[in-house]
Amino acid sequence: MLRATDNFAPRAGTRVAYLSLVSFALLTIAVLVGTMIGPAGPQWWRVPIELANRLPLITVDSGVSPEEWNIVWQIRMPRVVLAVLVGAMLSVAGASYQGVFRNPLVDPYLLGVAAGAGLGATLVFTLRRSATENWLIDPLPLAAFVGGLVAVFATYMIGNTFSKARSSATLVLAGIAVTSLTTAVQTFVLQRNNDVVRQVYSWILGRLSSATWGDVRLILPYVVFSCGVLLMHRRLLDVLRVGDDEATALGMNIRRVRLTVVLAATLGTAAAVAVSGLIGFVGIIVPHTVRLIVGSSYRRVLPMSILCGAIFLVLADIPSRILADPAETPIGVVTAFFGAPFFLLLLRVRKNQA
Amino acid sequence: MKMKLLSRAGFAGLFICAAALFAACSESNTATETTVVVETTVSEVAYPVTAGGITLDAQPMRIVSLSPTHTEMLYAIGAGDQVVAVDEYSNFPAEAVALGTKLSGYEPNVESIAGYEPDLVVISYDPGNLVEQLNALDIPVYIGNGASSLEQAYEQIEQLGALTGHLDVAVQLTSQMQTDIDAAVAASSASATAMGEPITYFYELDNTYYTVTSNTFVGQIFKLFGLENIADGVEEGNDYPQLSSEVIVSSNPTMIFLADTKCCAQTPETVSVREGWQKMDAVVNKNIVQLDDDIASRWGPRVVELVKSISDALALVAAGN
Repeated sequence: MLRATDNFAPRAGTRVAYLSLVSFALLTIAVLVGTMIGPAGPQWWRVPIELANRLPLITVDSGVSPEEWNIVWQIRMPRVVLAVLVGAMLSVAGASYQGVFRNPLVDPYLLGVAAGAGLGATLVFTLRRSATENWLIDPLPLAAFVGGLVAVFATYMIGNTFSKARSSATLVLAGIAVTSLTTAVQTFVLQRNNDVVRQVYSWILGRLSSATWGDVRLILPYVVFSCGVLLMHRRLLDVLRVGDDEATALGMNIRRVRLTVVLAATLGTAAAVAVSGLIGFVGIIVPHTVRLIVGSSYRRVLPMSILCGAIFLVLADIPSRILADPAETPIGVVTAFFGAPFFLLLLRVRKNQA
Repeated sequence: MKMKLLSRAGFAGLFICAAALFAACSESNTATETTVVVETTVSEVAYPVTAGGITLDAQPMRIVSLSPTHTEMLYAIGAGDQVVAVDEYSNFPAEAVALGTKLSGYEPNVESIAGYEPDLVVISYDPGNLVEQLNALDIPVYIGNGASSLEQAYEQIEQLGALTGHLDVAVQLTSQMQTDIDAAVAASSASATAMGEPITYFYELDNTYYTVTSNTFVGQIFKLFGLENIADGVEEGNDYPQLSSEVIVSSNPTMIFLADTKCCAQTPETVSVREGWQKMDAVVNKNIVQLDDDIASRWGPRVVELVKSISDALALVAAGN
């Protein structure tokens, strides 16, 4: 019977349950705050009252006009929900990749999904001017999704061709190669069509400002499926921590586990990237912070990453909306601003630990 | 062990339920309001009016413009009083600047736009879902994509005229523009033919030598005068190529038009000190024309000023010979 070792006190179960509850409560509060704050719409304290009013059995007069409520429901809510989905997905994908590659500096874009999605988006932007105006399906998320998956597929094929052992180092190198190639192609295409540079740049920085309920519906199945699969594999990731040989000796099929985890994480990341662009740092900051709180066991890190990632992105979206009012600050910029001091902090904590 | 598994499953189930609840609660709103009917109704100011792919039920009194070109158009057709907010790059006319609003057309904040309670939003391109989001709030959006010809520019002016209830002024404006442009071109045809051989030009977009071909809106205006662009045919399929200094110098254009006077502070003086450019005809004969970046990049009523600048420059070239 596989048991992952952990270095917590015997009452670990209760502590984690308590932490999960607190995180869930924090998530609810973050979502509420995200819905209340914005550059326009009803006054912030009226929003929870109107939300209560919309619940089936409660009727309360909140003084919010239908137009104002429309802003909250049609514009702000999809943003907040999308932030929950994307934040959760990127964090859990980052944590899973860190488990698979046994490297704490890995982020979900490692195997080329970001570069592939960027190339897909660039191609759509260059073609869109004439060809795709009246398509039924919006080609942009589709192209980004497909581009991301194709890039990771290419990485995997290259990794397998060059290494029979399918070690993680080879995969990482293959990922770097594919990323470089796709980025080069993207730069070339942009140079030949530099009237769309601004749009592509804006997409690359990542944004939740164009979120609609359609986007939420689009990625919800992928995110749920991906998170489900990753959560099912979290104990196996713990086993992987002890090393390839030891894990095989314990009876685990590392190739299959690695493939499944990478596939699931990539699927979810590609979906998240398809609607929100390349939001960086979430996949690294959140898993690390979670580890500082609950320890390194993936049994706890993965679920907590989901919750904390959602909280982080929902809160990061708030300055994105109001800092440069009436313009938007791309959310990638906000998370990057958190990223730099975070790593400094991490260095300091590690230095104190050593 | 079993208890822990149950609690984990319960937790996962709760999360999935919450996610499903969110999705179920979302109002299904895939209404596509824009019908692709492009017709400029030449009728009286009677609403409802359909033009440019949208229908307005009443005269719009709270227009938000996120496109500097269309801001100029709106004020030129007399709809200036109906405009309540413009974007940060709408720097003409002065009344638009006086509004003091700085919305962003590139990174639009939909809530801020909606905060002005607009009954018409005018944009020149959709950075991503903007039309869909505004339609979800029942705000009609007019999209005036970058014109690729003068006819398209006139069409957009007239569409805006129809939508804002100033169609007669708009039609008057476009015919006046047409007359002025034709007159300037006719006056210059004498200068152009006086030269004997066709006049070549280099149009500088920025100081790293990005330029335009004759397939672009600006390029077509130069074509009206019979001017030849040295960038044509240099790079197939790319209408905004970046030329190298060698290509420009060896092509030795008769005239150089600087459209980067504002963005990159280029002047005839800075051009003449560039390495290898000193012996070029345009530099020696001082046929370097400074254009206003904004006027040269917009397709609104001030296109006439661009045409007149070219015409004046051509007269100087002819006089110099």
